[in-house]
Amino acid sequence: MFYRESGQFSTSYRSDYRIFRLYQERWMFLLGLMFAFLVVPFIGNDYWFSAILIPYLVLSLAGLGLNLLTGYAGQLSLGSAAFMAIGAFATYNFHLRIEGLPFLFCFLLGGFTAALVGVFFGLPSLRIKGFYLLVSTLAAQFFVQWVLTNFSWFSNNNSSGVISAPPLLVFGYDFSSPAGRYLLTLTTVVVFAYLSKCVVRSELGRNWMAVRDMDTAAAVIGIPIAKTKLLAFACSSFILGIAGSLWAFTYLGTVEPHGFDLTRSFQILFIIIIGGMGSILGNFLGAAFIVLLPALLSNISASLLAGSIDTGQLENVQKIIFGSLIIFFLIKEPDGLAKIWQTFKQRARVWPLRF
Amino acid sequence: MNFFFEVLLGGLLAGLMYSLVAIGFVLIYKASGVFNFAQGSMVLFSALTFVSLLERGIAFWFAFGITLLIMLLLAWVIERFVLRKLVNRPPITLFMATLGLSYIIEGLAQLFWGAQVHGLELGINDEPFEFLGILLSQFDLFAAAVAGTLVLLLSLLFDKTRTGIALRAVADDQLAALAVGIKLQKLWFIVWAVAGFVGLVAGLLWGARLGVQFSLSLIVLKALPVLIIGGFTSVGGAIAGGLIIGASEKLAEVFIGPYIGGGIENWFPYALAMLFLLVRPAGIFGERAIERV
Repeated sequence: MFYRESGQFSTSYRSDYRIFRLYQERWMFLLGLMFAFLVVPFIGNDYWFSAILIPYLVLSLAGLGLNLLTGYAGQLSLGSAAFMAIGAFATYNFHLRIEGLPFLFCFLLGGFTAALVGVFFGLPSLRIKGFYLLVSTLAAQFFVQWVLTNFSWFSNNNSSGVISAPPLLVFGYDFSSPAGRYLLTLTTVVVFAYLSKCVVRSELGRNWMAVRDMDTAAAVIGIPIAKTKLLAFACSSFILGIAGSLWAFTYLGTVEPHGFDLTRSFQILFIIIIGGMGSILGNFLGAAFIVLLPALLSNISASLLAGSIDTGQLENVQKIIFGSLIIFFLIKEPDGLAKIWQTFKQRARVWPLRF
Repeated sequence: MNFFFEVLLGGLLAGLMYSLVAIGFVLIYKASGVFNFAQGSMVLFSALTFVSLLERGIAFWFAFGITLLIMLLLAWVIERFVLRKLVNRPPITLFMATLGLSYIIEGLAQLFWGAQVHGLELGINDEPFEFLGILLSQFDLFAAAVAGTLVLLLSLLFDKTRTGIALRAVADDQLAALAVGIKLQKLWFIVWAVAGFVGLVAGLLWGARLGVQFSLSLIVLKALPVLIIGGFTSVGGAIAGGLIIGASEKLAEVFIGPYIGGGIENWFPYALAMLFLLVRPAGIFGERAIERV
C-alpha cells in the first residue's frame, strides 16, 4: 500500500542491480541524506553535534568496519579498538611529521596503516579459525595499546600519551566548528558506507560470505581463501582506522591510547550484534541504539527518580540492560534491528493485507 | 641461578591459578561446545557474594554453602532462560550470548554488593618459606593443591560416571545424544553448576590474593591463552597451559621486559599462544576436528 510497486520494471541489468530498486526507497534515501546534509547543520545545537550525532556517526562507521570482518567474512574479532587507535595515531603522526600533507590524505594514510597492521594480525586466520582467532585479535588489542603507551614517540613525546587534534583544514576551509566537524564526519561516513555496500555486492563480498558460511566448502569451489580472508582484514581495519581518526579528531579532539581499550571493542561488537550482522544498514541502527540508550536511561533516571540512583549504580543497571538486550536479540531476532526493519518494510508493502 | 628458579616456580604457581579459571571454561566447552565468556564474571560474582556474606557475620562454611546455592540457582536460570532458547544455534551466537551474560552478571554483582574492594582472609599463612634455597609461598602451594584436587575430581567425573559419559556424548553430537535419550537440559544445568563451583573456588583463591574487586572478571582474558595452548577440550591441558603461560610470562617480564620497556606481561601470553597455534592449531591436548563438506 505504502509501497506501490506496480509498473516499476527493470528494463536493463543496470537498473536491476541498483541498490534501491524501487523509486520510493530511492527518494526516501535521498530525502534523508538531504535532511542530514542541508537541514541538520542549521537546526542542530552544540550538544547534539558533539555529544550525540558525531559519536553516533563514528561508531556507525566503526561498526561497519567490524561488520565487514565478522558479519560478512565470519572472522570473530575483539581487537576493533586497536585498529581504531592505530588509525588515530597514524593520522596524527603523518600530519605532524610530514610538512604540508593535506589533512584528508593523512586520514587515508592512517587508514592504510591500520589496514597493514590488520593484515599482519589477520595472518593467523589462515591457519586457525573460530574462537582460536580471538587470541590473535586480543593480542592486537593489548599489543597496540602497550606500544602506544610505552613508546612516547607515537604521541610526540607527550608524557601521558595524549594526542590533540590539529585544526581541521580541508581544502582551505576550517571545519573546526561543531557543525563543520559534523559535516566532515557525515561525508566520510556516507562515502565509506557507499563503498562498503558496493564491495559486499561485488565478487569479493560474495567470496566473504562463502567463507563465512563454510570455508572448507568455499575452498573446494575454488575461492582463494587466503586472499579473501586477508582482504577482509584489510578492508575492515582500513575502515576502523578511519573511524579511529574521526573519533580522535572530529569527536574528542584529544585522545589517549586508553580511550581505545577492550571496552570500546566490545561496544563495537554490540553494535553489530544489535544492529544485525551482515548488513550495512544494521550498523547505523545498532549505533543509534548504543548511543541513545545510555543517554535515554540517564535522562529517565534524572527526571523520574530525581537522581535517587547514583551514577555508579546507573552504570550497573545499564550493563544489565545491555546484557539482557543482547541475549534477547540473539534469541528473538538473531539478524538484529536490520531484520526488523526489513520485516517492517515487507509489512508496509502488502498493508492492509497481512501476506 | 637460584633467582631464575625462584621466578620460574613463582610463575608456575601463578599459572596454576590461571588454570583454575581455565578449567571452568573447559568444562562448559567440553559439555556443550559453548565458549563461555561469562566464566570470569562468575568468578567475580561468587567471590563477591561470598565475601559480602562473610562481612555480614555469617560463618565461613555457611557462607560457602549459601554462595554455592546461589551459583546453582544462577546455573539453573542460565540454562532455563538462555541456553534452552539457543539450542542448535551456531557456536558464535552462543559465545555472544555468554558475552551478554557476563555483562548481566557483572552488573548484578556490583548492583547488589557495591564496587569497592573487599579483603578476603582464608586463614592460610602467606609467608614465604625456604625450600632448597628457593623462596616459596605457602599460599601458592595451597592453591596448587586445590587445583590438583579439582583436576582429579573432574577427570573422575568425566571418565568414570554415567553423567560424565553423557556429557561427552553431548559434546560429541547434540542431536545423537538427544536421540539416545540423554536429557540435554539436565546436563547443561549440571555442567554450569560445576563450572560455577569451580568459579567459586577460583574466586576465593584469586580474591584472597588480589582482593575481591572488579578486576577479577578480567582474569578471563588471561585464561584465554591458557586455553589456546592447552586446547579447549582437555582439563589436563588447562593445567599444562596454565603452567606454561604462568612461567613464561614471569620469565619474560623479568628477563626480557627491562630491554623493551616493561609491562609486557599484558600481551606476551597472547603472542606465545599464537606461536603455539601456528604449530598446532588445536592446542597441545586439543582434539583436531575433521572437516567435512
